Amino acid sequence: MIVLLTISTTRVPATDLGFLLHKHPGRVQSFAESVGTAHVFYPESTDERCTAALLLEVDPIALVRGRKGPSGDGFSLGQYVNDRPYAASSMLAMALKDVYRTALTGRCTARPELVEIAFPLELHLPAVPCRGGAGLLRDLFEPLGWAVEATAVPLDPTVPEWGDSRYLDVRLTGQLRVAEALNHLYVLLPVLDDAKHYWVSSDEVDKLVRAGAGWLAGHPEKALITRRYLAHRRELTQSALARLAEVDDTDPDELDNAVDGAAELDSPDRPAPLAEQRRGAVLAAVRASGARTVGDLGCGEGVLVRDLLAERGIDRVVATDVSARALLIAGRRLKLDKMTDVQRARLDIFQSALTYRDDRLAGLDAAVLMEVIEHVDEPRLAALERAVLGHAAPSTVIITTPNVEYNVRFDSLPPGESRHRDHRFEWTRAEFARWAEAAAAQYGYSVRYLPVGAEDAEVGPPTQLAILTKVVT
Amino acid sequence: MTRELAIPELSLVVLIGVSGSGKSTFGRAHFRSTEVISSDFCRGIVADDENDQAATPAAFELLHYMVGLRLRAGRLTVVDATNVQPEARRALVEVARAHDVLPVAIVLDVSERVCLARNAERPDRDFGAQVIRRQRDQLRRGLRGLQREGFRTVHTLGEDEIDDVTITRTRLFNDLRHETGPFDVIGDIHGCRAELERLLVELGYDLTRDEAGRPVGAHRAGRRAVFVGDLVDRGPDTPGVLRLVMGMVAAGDAFCVPGNHENKLLRAMRGRNVQVTHGLAESLAQLAAETEEFRAEAARFMDGLISHYVFDGGKLVVSHAGLTERYQGRASGRVREFCLYGQTTGETDEYGLPVRYPWAEEYRGRATVLYGHTPVPVPEWINNTLCLDTGCVFGGRLTALRYPERELVSVPAAEVYYEPVKPFPANADTAGSVARRDADVLDISDVVGSRVLETRYQKRIGVRAENAAAALEVMSRFAIDPRWLAYLPPTMSPVATSARPDLLEHPEQAFEYFRTEGVGEVICEEKHMGSRAVALVCRSGEAAQARFGLPGLGAVWTRTGRSFFSAGLTAQFVDRLSVAIESAGLFDEFDTPWLLLDAEILPWSAKAEQLLRDQYAAVGAAARSSLPAAVAALDRAAASGLDVAGLRARTAARAANADAFTEAYRRYCWPTDGLAGVRLAPFQLLATEGAAHHERPHSWHLDAADRLVTADPEVVAPTRRLTVDTTDPESVAAATQWWSELTAAGGEGMVVKPAANLTRARKGLVQPGLKVRGREYLRIIYGPDYTEPDNLERLRARGLGHKRSLALREYALGLEALDRLARGEPLWRVHECVFAVLALESEPVDPRL
Repeated sequence: MIVLLTISTTRVPATDLGFLLHKHPGRVQSFAESVGTAHVFYPESTDERCTAALLLEVDPIALVRGRKGPSGDGFSLGQYVNDRPYAASSMLAMALKDVYRTALTGRCTARPELVEIAFPLELHLPAVPCRGGAGLLRDLFEPLGWAVEATAVPLDPTVPEWGDSRYLDVRLTGQLRVAEALNHLYVLLPVLDDAKHYWVSSDEVDKLVRAGAGWLAGHPEKALITRRYLAHRRELTQSALARLAEVDDTDPDELDNAVDGAAELDSPDRPAPLAEQRRGAVLAAVRASGARTVGDLGCGEGVLVRDLLAERGIDRVVATDVSARALLIAGRRLKLDKMTDVQRARLDIFQSALTYRDDRLAGLDAAVLMEVIEHVDEPRLAALERAVLGHAAPSTVIITTPNVEYNVRFDSLPPGESRHRDHRFEWTRAEFARWAEAAAAQYGYSVRYLPVGAEDAEVGPPTQLAILTKVVT
Repeated sequence: MTRELAIPELSLVVLIGVSGSGKSTFGRAHFRSTEVISSDFCRGIVADDENDQAATPAAFELLHYMVGLRLRAGRLTVVDATNVQPEARRALVEVARAHDVLPVAIVLDVSERVCLARNAERPDRDFGAQVIRRQRDQLRRGLRGLQREGFRTVHTLGEDEIDDVTITRTRLFNDLRHETGPFDVIGDIHGCRAELERLLVELGYDLTRDEAGRPVGAHRAGRRAVFVGDLVDRGPDTPGVLRLVMGMVAAGDAFCVPGNHENKLLRAMRGRNVQVTHGLAESLAQLAAETEEFRAEAARFMDGLISHYVFDGGKLVVSHAGLTERYQGRASGRVREFCLYGQTTGETDEYGLPVRYPWAEEYRGRATVLYGHTPVPVPEWINNTLCLDTGCVFGGRLTALRYPERELVSVPAAEVYYEPVKPFPANADTAGSVARRDADVLDISDVVGSRVLETRYQKRIGVRAENAAAALEVMSRFAIDPRWLAYLPPTMSPVATSARPDLLEHPEQAFEYFRTEGVGEVICEEKHMGSRAVALVCRSGEAAQARFGLPGLGAVWTRTGRSFFSAGLTAQFVDRLSVAIESAGLFDEFDTPWLLLDAEILPWSAKAEQLLRDQYAAVGAAARSSLPAAVAALDRAAASGLDVAGLRARTAARAANADAFTEAYRRYCWPTDGLAGVRLAPFQLLATEGAAHHERPHSWHLDAADRLVTADPEVVAPTRRLTVDTTDPESVAAATQWWSELTAAGGEGMVVKPAANLTRARKGLVQPGLKVRGREYLRIIYGPDYTEPDNLERLRARGLGHKRSLALREYALGLEALDRLARGEPLWRVHECVFAVLALESEPVDPRL
């Protein structure tokens, strides 16, 4: 299993490249890496043209063993059979940094004058994983002075209907300093890859600042580069949930998606982001109900919880979510460990599932299900109704859900697609009302509706909100 | 003379006596050390000093807490503290009441002189005589009021009696655990004497009559009747019913618990001020025509009835209005209240009747609870509880349940004797029918947290809280309705690692394992190249609705309980399977409205196409693009005189491996469109109504599968197999050859199972199967280059212990789920096993195994 990078130049004498890379063209050198062995050799080294090849020979078994790292029990099939050993990704970036360390920092003791010279360079990477395709590749490299040539690699030539893989056979040509070129690769290869499950190390911000010196600050895609570079280094997600996904031959992301940080769609003329408007409307409904004990059922990362805790009239907040990960993030965001006893006593936060009855939800004055029901399979809503309206039975239940009629107003949303990939359904106003009224009637509630966000004359508001009030006999 | 003190078996015994009166000695002499909790001990725990009076409040907090925990668990508990102050006793009576346990007082009435002398001998007790004197005064003042304080039994022992006492533990009146039946439990009669006579005859009882021809008894050898109360009111002959039931109880042919109507009638007969409604007037009028003697006898009978009974080792509870688990076998005012009136919310409905709390839907007890009180058109099992009041007096039926047979026997009412306040759907067609309704909402406490499950096959299987948390997320967000999801297949271990130079797995280790476990005959089944699936298929929509309470003909799900197909495709697929099962005659043969199949769905790409593309095909694509470029670069380097021969050879070998890898995964893909091209290969018929089939041999299961193949060869795929004698080298060799051929032809491998199916050995369950995977298939598991000698050598170190243990735990849980399903146990009992399998699946185990 190998990963390949070749760097060529035609600046006479081309063998100067050897001085800059600190690697003698006449030798084959090998370096031990944590994931295998890196070899540097020169397929050609004449005055007219010199090519240095970095060949990373990955040891797949050592790769796995080395990975048991901080999270200890990290097991997932994707770790064993994956493209890392062939693809130019963060592993190559790491090898690059180890093998060409001096070159990367722009030092050359033997021929210091070479450092500042822009060389005609040609880089070849036969398999670059690129989430975002050749377009993104160009967006990232062209502003830096590279000419980009990229050929898509088909996924499987015997199954043409599968189309292209996410790999590109990439050639970059340009007139650049060698150190610059190496730093571009070091930062941008992991950014292109955007893989999620690989841990590298912690002080990544510093590393990015160092490697991006002089070129990242002015890069038009700076935001994307920074986000992806740092994001893919998040904790290794070898969660129990990921293991369940693999039992089913499923991508862990498909199950572990309760917290995916997807940006929400916003209406074209937005006075405030929709999420903010929604929280505002929910808070208004909570205040109007006079509730003192409020449940945020499906609290996610706890944004509404923070608002509820800030309300003076609320004595106690019960926050639940089915995702253990969401609760972890909510706990961090709410700074649970730094709360005073008085603050902490106002908040109960625990895992619960709305399709199961939960006695801990008894005694709520109001319960909020904000953007929750659309994440439950429609046939299972009866169980949710029974657990929430029948069993927990708060005096007021506030429910929000997207209004699918409004989807046509989102320019970025292709027709027929839902706003979030985990939405099991999105309802029209009539559908929502039909459901809310039937559920309310069954469990003794009355219903009223509020629009959330600017109401469109034709398709209504972007979000619909229903307030169910327990009928007192 | 020895004095005998009777105390109820389950009670809170409060010792009362001043310091030095010998309480601790008494406690030690008559109770187990674990039964006695002393305040001195608690002081020691909270303050490191048994005599630190400043620690008293905390010590009692601890004492009350410990007492509460013991009482909750139903354990007799003795409190060793002075308890001379009424406040101290009141707190203990409250703890006893909170757990519906009877408080008992044992007073040690010892003279001041003796106490002082004893304390003087103990250097740690330096409090003065005035303390003892004050305690004596408090004790004397309190003695007379102990009954009023709530102590049901009070024993006062003088100084001379204390040393000569025996304690006798008596059963509670409601404790008839030694009565194991069989019983015929009869619902609310409400004065319908004629129907009761007919029902008893139907149940096989012989009636005896008095000289006036009135029935005064009924007897059937070997059986006893149990009446759930509400014998009286509304109907035509309350005295006649009383006469018959009283006679049966007196003769030992029946037991009877009181209903709310007996309670009210008794109060009316005693001249209490009660509202004469709900048919009470009829009873009073009918009883007025009886003799004074009969009325007195009836009143005595009704007064003596015990709120509820616990029968058959605790497996059966009978009470008029049902009983939650925590009240069973307990005695208190509120237990009696629950037994008579049930649990009400305090609200009233549109007919002015109290709104009842659906306690049965939350019931999680092990005991079957039989009761009446609320008329229902058809008796319905709800979480192992059954209401037998079928509204006889309203023109419905009089119903009995045979226990332990669980058969319903009923007779229709001759007429509508009384018009109900709330319309009662009188329906004579429901004779003997019984519905099941499990609460369709499960309780979170059924599944979350750290849990231990008891199974028949492996005692006590633990589930860790963090694994349950992951399972909860998958179960509630992705899995199908738990009413379908009756089973999840266990994980399966591979064979022990082969020592052969070029292989990781080989059949010989499988045969060796089973031979060592004493299994002579095994069956080798081809390992299908698909995805594991479980299919629940019903005979008809009505059958599905009746048994599972869900629309459609069934469901097909994956190893984590997710639906295999979209709703539309599921319906099509299950319909087709139902037709196949029908034409194969399996519904008829097993007399079952549904079938649960363990199977594989082909092709793998039907479910895992995304995985194939993103993970496997991607590896091939990256390799195809990288390796030739690398080989070319190395060739040029070699041409320019560099020594890269070794690296070049390795890189070229990798290119070949990558090609083999690509070949291997391609075998798992074939195009499917909707259901076209999708096939089900069943290999076990897990369960049918009333029976789980894991003790039938695999040949039986595969025969059934073959019949389905014959019925619909397009959709149902056969499973090739070979039976092997593990002690016959020729048979083993033939099977090894069979495996080699299967895998050489691109097959995934085989699974070796004990031919008899469920097999136990000395150390417990034998693995239900071991997989032996082919060399090329393993390439997509272990990576393209796993066959390189250096890699293989390191991979051989794989540990199988955890996987094996996990496979057995999941297997035991799966079988338990099937047993519970077949027995018709409540949904939550099946679900907790299924949930536990899912939770165990999230344990960290090398996924390549």
